[in-house]
Amino acid sequence: MKVLVPVKRVIDYNVKVRVKADQTGVDLANVKMAMNPFCEIAVEEAVRQKEKGAVTEVVAVSIGPAQAQETLRTALAMGADRAILIQTDQDLEPLAVAKVLAAVVAEEAPGAVIMGKQAIDGDNNATGQMLSALLDWPQAAFASEVVLSAGSAKVTREIDGGLQTIEVALPAVITADLRLNEPRYASLPNIMKAKKKPLDVKELSALGVDTAPRLKVVKVTEPPKRSGGVKVESAADIVSNLKTNGVI
Amino acid sequence: MAVLVFADHDNASLKDSTHKTVTAALALSGDVDVLVAGKGAGEVAKAAAGIAGVRKVLHAESDALGQGLAEAIASLITPLMSGYDAVLTPATSLGKSFSPRVAAKLDVAQVTEVVEVVDGSTFVRPIYAGNALETVQSSDAKKVITVRATNFKAAADGGSAAIETIDAGPGAGKTSFVDQQIVKSARPELTAAKIVVSGGRAMGSAEEFQRVIEPLADKLGAAVGASRAAVDAGYAPNDYQVGQTGKVVAPELYVAIGISGAIQHLAGMKDSKVIVAINKDGDAPIFQVADLGLVADYKSAVPELMDALAAAGK
Repeated sequence: MKVLVPVKRVIDYNVKVRVKADQTGVDLANVKMAMNPFCEIAVEEAVRQKEKGAVTEVVAVSIGPAQAQETLRTALAMGADRAILIQTDQDLEPLAVAKVLAAVVAEEAPGAVIMGKQAIDGDNNATGQMLSALLDWPQAAFASEVVLSAGSAKVTREIDGGLQTIEVALPAVITADLRLNEPRYASLPNIMKAKKKPLDVKELSALGVDTAPRLKVVKVTEPPKRSGGVKVESAADIVSNLKTNGVI
Repeated sequence: MAVLVFADHDNASLKDSTHKTVTAALALSGDVDVLVAGKGAGEVAKAAAGIAGVRKVLHAESDALGQGLAEAIASLITPLMSGYDAVLTPATSLGKSFSPRVAAKLDVAQVTEVVEVVDGSTFVRPIYAGNALETVQSSDAKKVITVRATNFKAAADGGSAAIETIDAGPGAGKTSFVDQQIVKSARPELTAAKIVVSGGRAMGSAEEFQRVIEPLADKLGAAVGASRAAVDAGYAPNDYQVGQTGKVVAPELYVAIGISGAIQHLAGMKDSKVIVAINKDGDAPIFQVADLGLVADYKSAVPELMDALAAAGK
């Protein structure tokens, strides 16, 4: 079975985000970029499933600027077999990304799409579910364990208050939650090998998908700063202060 | 303009986040209906009908709805949207799983985790783990919105809306429920609790976490939370995690014990009314948001806190 793994190039999760003074967005100039952490987990899962013999081919796909090739090379170094870049400088909303991915799915006909539950820039947590709806495939969102078998997948999902296990017929869209696995670091030999793996670049416009934005960003601002309060000397001071202010 | 609110519940009782989402909905329209989709959720429907400002409650019952299967809920809501201009869903794990499906089926954007309604088409939402706030204007005819409930006040009870039973829709299709493990607890639910006591990596072990955090939480009648570091280290279960990748809480009082205050944790609790932090590192970032900070080792400070609470009649 072939698995398609969409990956997104985002600001590195260790970088402190700065809002631009003109409120048009977040400053991404000269900022370290990396693969979205949830996408890394998805790549790792697909590669592990291949190592277990449940998957035969792992295809990574990214939609973004030319530099997203680096993100795809990372996926290849982790163990993906080949990669596709749908190249665009447009910043796409989740619905548009889902439509582009649906077009890639139509061409590649994978047995499953495994992708991160959320990108840490837009924090929408929507693309996987939207893709599943557009394809009329079942979805298994927020996976913490995936067991693939012929024709179906048993997925344990993180839900509020605990865990839920569902079974979905394949093909399906599975989105990775934080605890599905711990992604590996690519070894140097694998990084070298990844440079020779196939990476196709296609122009977004060639797919003929409507990617017009539906939301207009009016402004991007810093959240209200919370100012630190006082340092107290003892636990008793905490209790008396809380009591005086009617908190307890 | 009529608006539909998806009720958050566990088939037995209605969650407070529904009341809060109704408040967000009332900012859009005076005609707010609530959808109760579940199994054996009659009491939930009655409770929803009692929320002030609600026009009507739609009540649908099936196994798949009661199990919270995204396909079943989305395929129930999508056709209902011919009668509504917007659907608002609390951004719980269930809401996050089905709401984007509804948006895709309607060919509209989802406006995710709204923290403020500016006007009928303009909303504020956090991006980059809450490190920036984005104000967006939707050009879609129908709005599909998830709501960060902790940012809205709960609508009061005192209404008496009619309850209309509706068909359960086409079901979950190629998805089936296998089983579910919900952690049962006598403590209040994390996202609804008035007080939250959270422990961090400083606890060092699951035993220590239970020994230190849980009695303090019980003394305060609080829910128990944890930092991602504590959860990743296995000191606390996954669903205790407070932060951008876990639960977002905004209680009256948040007590952080041995938590340094990583950005991702702060994003999950910085809207708490009063924050108390105990950490032995005086430079820990948690002190930049704490109203009351105590630089001390939790090993001595928590017993002292317990004694002081006991002395204060707690």
